[in-house]
Amino acid sequence: MIGRLHQRFRALRVTLWTLIVPPTGWAAHFLFSYLWAAVRCAKTGRYVDAPAIFWGGTAAALLVILASGWIAWVQARTPGDHPPHEAGTDSDRLRFLAYATLLLAGLSVIGVVFTALPVLFLRDCR
Amino acid sequence: MRAGTSRRGRLAIVLGTMALGGCNHHQSVFAAFGEEAAGINYITLVMVAGGMIVAAGVAGLMIWAVRARPGALSLRGGERLILIAGGLIPALVLAALLVFSLPYMRPRGVAPADLRIDVTGEQFWWRVAYRPSDGTAVVSANEIRIPVGRTVLFRLAGGDVVHSFWIPGLAGKMDMIPGRTNDLPVRATRAGRFRGQCTEFCGLSHALMAFDVVAMPAEAFDRWLAAQRRPAVASADPGAALFLRHGCGGCHAIRGTAATGTIGPDFTHLAQRATIGAGTLPNNEAARLRFLREPAAVKPGARMPAYPQLPETEARAIARYLGTLQ
Repeated sequence: MIGRLHQRFRALRVTLWTLIVPPTGWAAHFLFSYLWAAVRCAKTGRYVDAPAIFWGGTAAALLVILASGWIAWVQARTPGDHPPHEAGTDSDRLRFLAYATLLLAGLSVIGVVFTALPVLFLRDCR
Repeated sequence: MRAGTSRRGRLAIVLGTMALGGCNHHQSVFAAFGEEAAGINYITLVMVAGGMIVAAGVAGLMIWAVRARPGALSLRGGERLILIAGGLIPALVLAALLVFSLPYMRPRGVAPADLRIDVTGEQFWWRVAYRPSDGTAVVSANEIRIPVGRTVLFRLAGGDVVHSFWIPGLAGKMDMIPGRTNDLPVRATRAGRFRGQCTEFCGLSHALMAFDVVAMPAEAFDRWLAAQRRPAVASADPGAALFLRHGCGGCHAIRGTAATGTIGPDFTHLAQRATIGAGTLPNNEAARLRFLREPAAVKPGARMPAYPQLPETEARAIARYLGTLQ
């Protein structure tokens, strides 16, 4: 099954648009976190003990970022031209874009985790 | 003087001045007298030490990279180095420092029985109201007393513009914003006389907007607060009548007299305070006289009008009378 998924991924084509999926996920999660905290505090005046919506949103953001990172990881290994993969060919361009997406996905995972960590520790709106 | 000596002299002055900064036990983050400030102190120490270790590691790597012969690393080895030293380790170290620091952001819990002190920032002084759990308010100004070993909740507001409330030895600073209240729970750990300061530019005399903070043993504080509730002792001092006749009571309250103004600081127990003008002048007769004559000369932009037209004997009598308000 994984093998078929890999083939599916290879059929997809990374572009500059897919490159910005991980950082966009990070940005959306950041905005979501602030909105969530602001709305909660404005409505109830305090945090909840088990912020299910927040962890749901965080999981969704991580899922999107990890999925796009995985796709990028597969595509960065697309067989084709010879190493060192730095020529101006379609295959090398794909590998480059995919690798850049993979690195951005790594950074975005760290960003989302760092944004979410305070919720574990802060317990009120002050 | 030879150039070398003077350079050494200058260096000595710079280093000496920096070292003298450590002698400040009056208003300093490094002279903590509260649990919050001690926490901030500790977290700063750990962060600075952590930052220095990271900086030393990076510098070491750079020296190694500059000195290494070409080909010292294979392609794969170099990529692995970047991944581990450039990606994984920084992410883990930063995560560890973040997790270490986050619990310090949790504010102290406050019980309904804890003493609340409402402090309102005004241009350029501090309106203070002690609110013990029995609900009655004890109004004061420009000096804050707190009991050692008990949780105190400062409820902060801005009266006119944005101010910021900071007692460096007690806790972090917090803004005072017109139209909203900010809560700052603290607990003092040792008695003494300290100083706080406005830390948000609020006008011409922003730098002269300070206050004394007196941390007292809890029993002594209770006695003091009970004494503060009492109105001023009725006085036959000629200054008392002059204070009212010249309209001072329109802005300043002295409980127990006809002076009930709330525009300026409360004077009921003024003589107990160490300073006047919100930490600007010592609380003595000459200073009070000077402030009464021309407040703006002491504190530019102060809202209080000047009274140069008062006869000298009357102004002096008022200044003396204010010194009797124990």
